[in-house]
Amino acid sequence: MTEQSDSLNLESVQKRLAQATGKSYWRSLDELFSTAGFQEFLHREFPRQAAEWIDDDGRRNFLKIMGASLALAGLTGCVKQPVEYVMPYVEEPEKLLAGKPVFYASGYPVAGLVSPILVETHDFRPTKVEGNPEHPASLGATDVPTQASVLGLYDPDRLQAVTYLDEARSYSSFMLSFLTALSQQRASAGAGICILTETVTSPTLGAQMQEVLKQFPAAKWYQWDGQGHGRRSGAELAFGQYVNPVYKFDQADVVFSIDGNFLGSGPGTVRYARDFASRRVLRGGVTTQSRFYAVEASPTSTGSKSDHRLPLKPSQIPVFTRALAAAVSGGQASGEVSTSKFFQAAVKDLLAAKGKSIVIAGEDQSAEIHALVHFMNQALENHGKTVLLTAPLEQKATDQYADLKALVADLNGGKVDLLLIIGGNPVFTAPAEFNLRGNFQKAKTRVRLGLYEDETAEVCQWRIPETHPFEQWSDGPAYDGTMSIMQPLIAPLYGGKSAHNMLAAFTDTPEKPDYLLVREYWQSKHTGADFEAWWKRAVHDGFVKGSAAAEVTATAKMPAAEAAVAGSAMEVSFHTDPYVLDGRYANNAWLQELPRPVTRLTWDNAVVMSEKTARDLDLKDEDRVELAVNGRSVWGSVWRVPGQPDGTVGVSLGYGRTRAGRAGTGAGFNANLLRSASSPTFATGVKLKNLGEKFPLAAVQHHFLMEGRAPVREGTLAEYIKDPLFVQKETETPPAGLTILPSDWQYKGYAWGMAIDLTACNGCNACVVACQAENNIAVVGKGQVLNTREMHWLRIDRYYSGDAANPRAHFQPVGCQHCENAPCEIVCPVAATVHDAEGLNNMVYNRCVGTRYCSNNCPYKVRRFNFLLYTDWDTESLKLQRNPDVTVRSRGVMEKCSFCVQRINYAKIMAEKEDRRVKDGEVITACQATCPADAIAFGDLNDPESKVSKWKREQLNYSLLGELNTRPRVTYLAEIRNPNPAVGEES
Amino acid sequence: MSQPVELPDKIYVGPVIDEQHTLASISDKVGGVVLRRKITLGWTFGLLLSFAALQGLAGAATLLFVKGVGIWGINIPVGWGFAIINFVWWIGIGHAGTLISAILLLLNQSWRNAINRFAEAMTLFAVMCAGMFPVLHTGRPWLAYWLLPYPNTMWLWPQFRSPLAWDVFAVTTYLIISAVFWFVGLLPDLATLRDSSKKDWQKRTYGILAMGWRNSARHWQRYEKASLLLAGMATPLVVSVHTVVSFDFAVSLIPGWHTTIFPPYFVAGAIYSGFAMVLTLMIPVRKFYGLDDIITLRHLNNMAKVTLATALIVAYGYIMEAFFSYFSADKYEKFMIWNRMTGPYWWAYWTLILCNIITPQFLWSKKIRTSPGILWVISIVVNIGMWLERFVIVVTSLHRDFLPSSWGMYAPTVWDWATYVGTLGLFMFLIFLFVRVLPMITIFELRMLLPGARVKESVAR
Amino acid sequence: MHSTAEVHPLYGLMAEFETPGQLVEAARTTRLAGFRNFDAYTPYPVHELDDAMDLHDNRVSTMTFIGAVMGAIGGFGLLAWASAYAWPLNVGGRPLISVSMFIPITFECTILLGGLTAAISMILMNGLPSPYHPVFNVERFVNASRSKFFLCIESADPKFDLDRTAAFLESLGPEEIAEVAR
Repeated sequence: MTEQSDSLNLESVQKRLAQATGKSYWRSLDELFSTAGFQEFLHREFPRQAAEWIDDDGRRNFLKIMGASLALAGLTGCVKQPVEYVMPYVEEPEKLLAGKPVFYASGYPVAGLVSPILVETHDFRPTKVEGNPEHPASLGATDVPTQASVLGLYDPDRLQAVTYLDEARSYSSFMLSFLTALSQQRASAGAGICILTETVTSPTLGAQMQEVLKQFPAAKWYQWDGQGHGRRSGAELAFGQYVNPVYKFDQADVVFSIDGNFLGSGPGTVRYARDFASRRVLRGGVTTQSRFYAVEASPTSTGSKSDHRLPLKPSQIPVFTRALAAAVSGGQASGEVSTSKFFQAAVKDLLAAKGKSIVIAGEDQSAEIHALVHFMNQALENHGKTVLLTAPLEQKATDQYADLKALVADLNGGKVDLLLIIGGNPVFTAPAEFNLRGNFQKAKTRVRLGLYEDETAEVCQWRIPETHPFEQWSDGPAYDGTMSIMQPLIAPLYGGKSAHNMLAAFTDTPEKPDYLLVREYWQSKHTGADFEAWWKRAVHDGFVKGSAAAEVTATAKMPAAEAAVAGSAMEVSFHTDPYVLDGRYANNAWLQELPRPVTRLTWDNAVVMSEKTARDLDLKDEDRVELAVNGRSVWGSVWRVPGQPDGTVGVSLGYGRTRAGRAGTGAGFNANLLRSASSPTFATGVKLKNLGEKFPLAAVQHHFLMEGRAPVREGTLAEYIKDPLFVQKETETPPAGLTILPSDWQYKGYAWGMAIDLTACNGCNACVVACQAENNIAVVGKGQVLNTREMHWLRIDRYYSGDAANPRAHFQPVGCQHCENAPCEIVCPVAATVHDAEGLNNMVYNRCVGTRYCSNNCPYKVRRFNFLLYTDWDTESLKLQRNPDVTVRSRGVMEKCSFCVQRINYAKIMAEKEDRRVKDGEVITACQATCPADAIAFGDLNDPESKVSKWKREQLNYSLLGELNTRPRVTYLAEIRNPNPAVGEES
Repeated sequence: MSQPVELPDKIYVGPVIDEQHTLASISDKVGGVVLRRKITLGWTFGLLLSFAALQGLAGAATLLFVKGVGIWGINIPVGWGFAIINFVWWIGIGHAGTLISAILLLLNQSWRNAINRFAEAMTLFAVMCAGMFPVLHTGRPWLAYWLLPYPNTMWLWPQFRSPLAWDVFAVTTYLIISAVFWFVGLLPDLATLRDSSKKDWQKRTYGILAMGWRNSARHWQRYEKASLLLAGMATPLVVSVHTVVSFDFAVSLIPGWHTTIFPPYFVAGAIYSGFAMVLTLMIPVRKFYGLDDIITLRHLNNMAKVTLATALIVAYGYIMEAFFSYFSADKYEKFMIWNRMTGPYWWAYWTLILCNIITPQFLWSKKIRTSPGILWVISIVVNIGMWLERFVIVVTSLHRDFLPSSWGMYAPTVWDWATYVGTLGLFMFLIFLFVRVLPMITIFELRMLLPGARVKESVAR
Repeated sequence: MHSTAEVHPLYGLMAEFETPGQLVEAARTTRLAGFRNFDAYTPYPVHELDDAMDLHDNRVSTMTFIGAVMGAIGGFGLLAWASAYAWPLNVGGRPLISVSMFIPITFECTILLGGLTAAISMILMNGLPSPYHPVFNVERFVNASRSKFFLCIESADPKFDLDRTAAFLESLGPEEIAEVAR
């Protein structure tokens, strides 16, 4: 088709595609790619700079262009199941009915560890992710990145075509030159080949890699990942071998966390949150709680749940940990850190709870700290009880800093002819001193397999679109080693290739599909009869039952004392962002707009400092400051957060992406530039310079004190035991009859209600994303959030109480309270929000004219308004994600939590078909389903035996603003903590 | 019926109308403004200026229809901003007209005769401006008609418990009745214009409008009865309208809105701002059209007194609001008033106190009451103050209500301002047209004020 | 003498007076003289005429009252019917007929219909709009809306006789007398 070299326009492209069908469709596309006109077209339609996402107007306009663009308009049109035989989660797949969702069990790898999931698909479109209730790592819940994964699948910024030097090529033409390059390497046994991957945990991929290394013995395989170094190397340091610690928080009476965020992110966070909560909640007459001490260099949602929290400058944490290790191992603690009441009480508690305690270190902490923690757990006899040690989950556990050093050495030595980078984004995530951007260019041929045209792809000639985990077969372990089989849920939207395909290219069967690769791997490992049945079961369940990693016995030794880094007046501590992690999810708008639990910020990271530090440096919120560490500097905006240790600023990693996409590019600043391999967790000798201007930060909450209104009611375990009804005494709810308009509305059939246990909630925000995914909630962009116009139906309020410098933090999920005397309803002039017979406060979008009176009159301010056209009507791929059971709202209408009415009705229809009442637990709201801590109960209040009814009978149950006589259907169980009386007010 | 009330300071401020006037001279003077006066440069300039301002409204409204109310500064929690502030402000201004024409009529205040026509016109135009905002501020203005009760295939009716539905009825009723009252009052004067106009098209136009009115005694008798009845109904109406407007706030449960004192204090505030606006307009008009022998110092003096009186009522309202917030011992109420006085919008609160309570105290002095210049300045200050009052009520109550987690701030955008200034333009534009095409003073009622018009005196001669 | 059957060529005779006092006197005398079909024209309402001409028409008030009552009933009826019968909805747990919340609209409807009836009935009873009326045929009648006072005895009156009625008017001491053509 060389005659068509003039510039294409959309019409002509679509016309030419329209002529082609089926197989020829793909061919015509390949041909099309190879025309010069298409390049011009591609670049015209895909501008490099995409910061426009931040400016919402610009974003929408930009989306209009994007939505119309070829790949979306053309390829998403032919979405179909792959030809391999996949197993629906339901028994009889042939019963697939239009409009009836089908769930498939699969997995979603988050930084190497697979979250077991069930994916809800409508007509083969994945629309929503739920946890796999049968999988020990999930029990039905998921973490935040997993919830947001569907948006990543449909991200229109994904790399959509094979390119060579920015020119679109066909995959076949890539294979041609790639295989040629390989054959040239055969002579040298692949000495010039270098493969850089993320931490490989997939056994199939691991086996493939071994195969590759067998074919090319001299080839190099390096791994680099943004996080998890301390955990790996720490185990190696302590035990002399790599092991994987698995914690049993449900067995722990005392938990001591050293800068840990095990409730917020990291391996096993979902199960850990559930287990931890199970020892904290006081429902059903329980009157015991575990006790939780936390030491933190920067406040996290996990530390917010502690009974005692000690802010420590990062340079002090090793000192403190060594002192603690000495104290709990029968030695003598030294240094002034050991004199605090906090320290002594913690040691006392830990020693008293031998075999029933857990000491855990943060993902961002150094190997030394992790090693000390292993040593402590051993001294406290926790190994095998509350802390299980299993074989490592990595296929090849290594010190990845060493890997990186070796790689750079190879590159500098000019030894690398063919550099293959699979996944990850090393150019962005590696500490600055490795200068991968520059060094990579020393490799002759650079091939990049990735989801995006990101910072790493930028320096590679070949860019191959990678398949999203939902588009491929694969496998991988959960935190405890339980193996998941990941089945594809949709054909690759952009014709991507998986890592399995990539490595297959090295073998003599370069075209072998990943389905066979995965299946054959497991077949080779399978013992016993009837592999077929086993395989079906495994794919159907989404995981291999009882495949948890075997326990190993290992003995930890006290690591040799490293030279303690001298503290300095100003230090900085680095933290992996709980949502975008090392930046890999930076282009996920749901995650960008999801408020961080502690800072309550969206769309940016910030220079977090304490009130006192800010005062000393004469800085205010949103002051733009330059952060300098031995020569390297970045700028960010100041955000004051109580509980941050004085003289320390906390910054989160994963921001400041330069080539993330419309959502991630330009969001925040890149703190990686300040890190060094020698001290990746913190830096001392930090210089802060006020640049004398403001850079606005989009926070969703601006006031953090309860102003004596007790929206969150709290108490200590002691208080609760002394007076179980103390919660009821704070404010009185007027009697039902107290109104000038007495009415006799009754809810005879179902009466839906919800209860939320504030002791369990750890503010992880998974419920908020789940709600966003389930209910087609629009993203509004930073500009709108700045004007407090975010659309989240469910928000998690965060309040502080107690000591201003180091306060207790409280989380409170607030959605529509579905008041029986709803203030919003009486003021609506068009009856657009009314009650139904089951007590739901319904919002009728079609009827709403948008007076916003209902929102003004809502004492909870849970209503959200489409001030502008927030919903993206144009981007084709995003349309695929939407839940067909939920109205997509347009401009000018009010919206709010509906108690997932679509799920209620689904359950009711199912029940009516069987002529029975809906059973308790049949209706599970999106927030409830995904809550890792099991903090939410929902059900029929007319059923006295329902879970929610039981919760509401608890003595801790109270209504938010009940004194207004709004009669909310949502109630809360007060937050109870278990502080050690010996510590007292020094929290 | 109307005897001028004998004011103690009558001698000082002079009569309600210059004694030299005769039936003929009055008719010619007032009618002359419409029929004979040349179009002046000043008038043309004023008209164009206000028309230019009107374009702000046109532009802002267009953009609003295209993009949505998001172009304004409103957000969650402050769901209402300029739109509602301006709505209440304009409606309030309107009230003075009805008050002067209806209540003062019932109270036999003959001095009203010189100013009621103008005040009523002002009412109409103000209500027009006001009426625009509730429509514009909806998220989907093209569906605003759903607030009207009309039979429809959806079998849906408005939700009549909502104060906004009450507003619809109150404001439309107010607009219709004011228009009717105004037109009825115009009938005889239109006849006068018809009879005294020289140009044919004027004769025809005013003739059609006058509907063949011929000053028959039998007509006058029914006419007067109807006027009295209209006045009698317009009086409770004008009170009800701002009461209903205050219900928009009082019926809600937001601290700072949910108070029983709102209805009386809104009505008083309305009259207050209305009289201020009458002064603002009358003082220049009477100067430029040389009507100071008809709109005498006596009028200014009386209007100033009413302004002062209502200012005191409003002051009482503010004090009570604060007192009850404290006295209720309700933590939300207490915080609300404290936040008003010392919160981020403290400046608005204290400026309004300065404008609405401190400034009018000057009106105790008769000297100031009778010096148009100063009076005009004061009236402007009061107008600003009353606008700020609505700003404080709407914004400071909403921006920090029950849950501290949801507290926010509100800042208007350029489009908020454009819309507001645009309605000012529309208002002035209509006023400028009005003074040229209709008698701005009720001629036939002026005639009744003339000594020669009274039967016994005329018999005596 | 003309028989009452055929229509008199004139509409009536019109006398012009300088002051309202004279007019009132004239009107009273005319009525005492037994004339009934006559009317006075004044630039503004002269209340003394009501007695002098025995004008006591209260139908406007009656109509207005009826209008107002209908407004009240209709208003409340609409609310009650629409809220409780047309489409009953549970709005914020309030009763279907929330009387206290229906009062404002009921009141507004009362005023609206009352006010409209008052104005409309007045205009209709005055026979307006009337595009043509003979009195305007009198040259100086334009002053009726300016400064002068007129009395017109209509030919429709049984006692009307061109000469005698003219003489009678003359006796009232008017500025001048004019025949009012049809």
